[in-house]
Amino acid sequence: MRFHFKTSYDQDIRLFPDWWNFSLYLALLLLMLVLPWLIDGFYLGEVTNVLIWAVAGLGLMLLTGQTGQVSLGHSAFMALGCYSCVNFMELGLPFLAAFLLAGVVTGIIGAIIAIPALKLHGVYLAIFTLALAILADDLIVILEPWTGGVNGYFAPVIEIFGIEINRWAAPETWYYLALGTSVFVALLYRNLLRSPLGRAFAAVRDSEISAQAMGVDVARTKTMAFGLSCAFAGLGGALMGLFAGAFNNETFNFLIAIQLLMMIIIGGLGFIHGAFLGAIVIAFLPQFLSILTDNLGSASIPGLETGVFGMILIAFILFEPMGLYGRWLKMRTWLELFPFARRDMFRRQKTYLKTERLR
Amino acid sequence: MDVLQLLLSGLANGCVYGLVALGFVLIYKATEAVNFAQGDFMMLGAFVMVGLVNPHFMGLNFWLAVPIALLIMGALGYLLDLAVLRFMFGQSQTAVVILTISLGFVIRFIAGVIWGHEPQSLHSPLALGDVRFGGVVLSLADIAVIVVTLLMTLALWQFFQRTKLGLAMQAASQNQMAAYYMGIPVKRVQGAVWALAGIVACVAGILYASKGAIDISSGFIGIKAFAAAVIGGFGSLPGALMGGIIVGVIEPFAARYLPTGYSQIAPYAILIFVLVFRPHGLFAQVRVKKV
Repeated sequence: MRFHFKTSYDQDIRLFPDWWNFSLYLALLLLMLVLPWLIDGFYLGEVTNVLIWAVAGLGLMLLTGQTGQVSLGHSAFMALGCYSCVNFMELGLPFLAAFLLAGVVTGIIGAIIAIPALKLHGVYLAIFTLALAILADDLIVILEPWTGGVNGYFAPVIEIFGIEINRWAAPETWYYLALGTSVFVALLYRNLLRSPLGRAFAAVRDSEISAQAMGVDVARTKTMAFGLSCAFAGLGGALMGLFAGAFNNETFNFLIAIQLLMMIIIGGLGFIHGAFLGAIVIAFLPQFLSILTDNLGSASIPGLETGVFGMILIAFILFEPMGLYGRWLKMRTWLELFPFARRDMFRRQKTYLKTERLR
Repeated sequence: MDVLQLLLSGLANGCVYGLVALGFVLIYKATEAVNFAQGDFMMLGAFVMVGLVNPHFMGLNFWLAVPIALLIMGALGYLLDLAVLRFMFGQSQTAVVILTISLGFVIRFIAGVIWGHEPQSLHSPLALGDVRFGGVVLSLADIAVIVVTLLMTLALWQFFQRTKLGLAMQAASQNQMAAYYMGIPVKRVQGAVWALAGIVACVAGILYASKGAIDISSGFIGIKAFAAAVIGGFGSLPGALMGGIIVGVIEPFAARYLPTGYSQIAPYAILIFVLVFRPHGLFAQVRVKKV
């Protein structure tokens, strides 16, 4: 067990609380950097997929985990990021500029959409965003000149400083692109949480009324959260579309948004680690299930994936609402405090329901 | 004539949306949770009926099968509450939203395993006849849908206004703690409302299946029913029916008069419009909360 003896206020908001923690993450980063020499191309592609899901997941995490607003419509913003990135590239911008610009554009449009959505709470916001996701599907078909409609797009060739990023010829280039993006987004996210804005997010999540009383501008905070969240989701969507090679309106179906939400819940709401853990589950579950059904000798069952996914999610919500990372935190605390850990340390607070309806 | 025909067929469709929306509203009214699986409940109800009636399954008589199917779905709703949702007591609304979405996934999977993934049609006596007056053709199923929906809405509305259980449900949602103090068995009341929602979903499913073929993704009309419930103002039973009819009537007109591609958008565009300008629906039941 490590003790933190704090001698200045800065220690509370340091990026890493101590050297041990810092060296752990450094070791993880080094491991990720040498990964292409350790595993073969197929698994490298899978890890790339995990990292891409994690980028999009971090976007939704910022909104749902940090600010407490549920969105079932992030697939719309992923699509927006993807199509704007491709369109910028067609205009002749280099990939890196187009990619970042796509994130910015998605963020701005997300923030604009957030302004009317802000009036809505909880379930209403969820329904609003779900409607957005379904509309996005139809809009992609209608806006054919920019999106290619139902026929879709084939991803253009990506080049960064003269190096071609090719999934098939050189999977490690794609891997490094995804790794770089996810590290960039994760660092941005972590720094955001240390800033006043990040604190305001948490305040709004925990109680809007108290946040208002503390001088937080709730409307502005929510708009910022929505915009930033959409920007990250846009980056994730751009990577996802380009990585798939070809994409159309079906690629960013509203089920993707629901999957994204489920992913961050399985990983652990409100933790950066949660987005990555959830992405691992979502990316490897299909593989795992197909291996399992092969070994059992049965034919593949259609819809098995989503069914099992739903069951896992129900189990998590009922028994471990803090997700995989929350489970790890509990185990770690138990080990660190060994004989003194108590169950109720992580007890959930229950609230009794009151409604604003009169009849 | 053309307009009248569109109006009437839209009305029949709208009543199905309204019935599914009634299920949302019932659960919302009594537990303050939104059941995103209500559309899948409807699909399951329809398939239970198919399993009971169709010759290559059990081949029961239609009118005998109806009460059995209603009973099965009611029991299923109650058991679901007992086994899953009761553990969510005191947790946040969003957790329930996500839980019901995943319940929908599981229901769709199970229905796919039992009844297969091909579209099926129900052998229903309602699917046979046509009624025509003037130049307007209405199938028997359409008329049945409209009549049953109106009766259901009226009955449920009266149930919430007049009966002891209905009032208990309202009390349980308005203030759980106070309802407990008044001696209302809140958990059992919530179980009852889930059973009721299962029955309403089953009625909707039977009527929907009488109108045409169903498959396991029929449950996605739940999303349109959402639009209906929101337009009507979540929490109002006549509002849900009104919302359903609005969505149902607009759809065929949009398909007729708008260019292709734009017509599917109409219900969702209205939904967003209503949410932005009248967030609590046309029949608002909320007043500003005072702290």
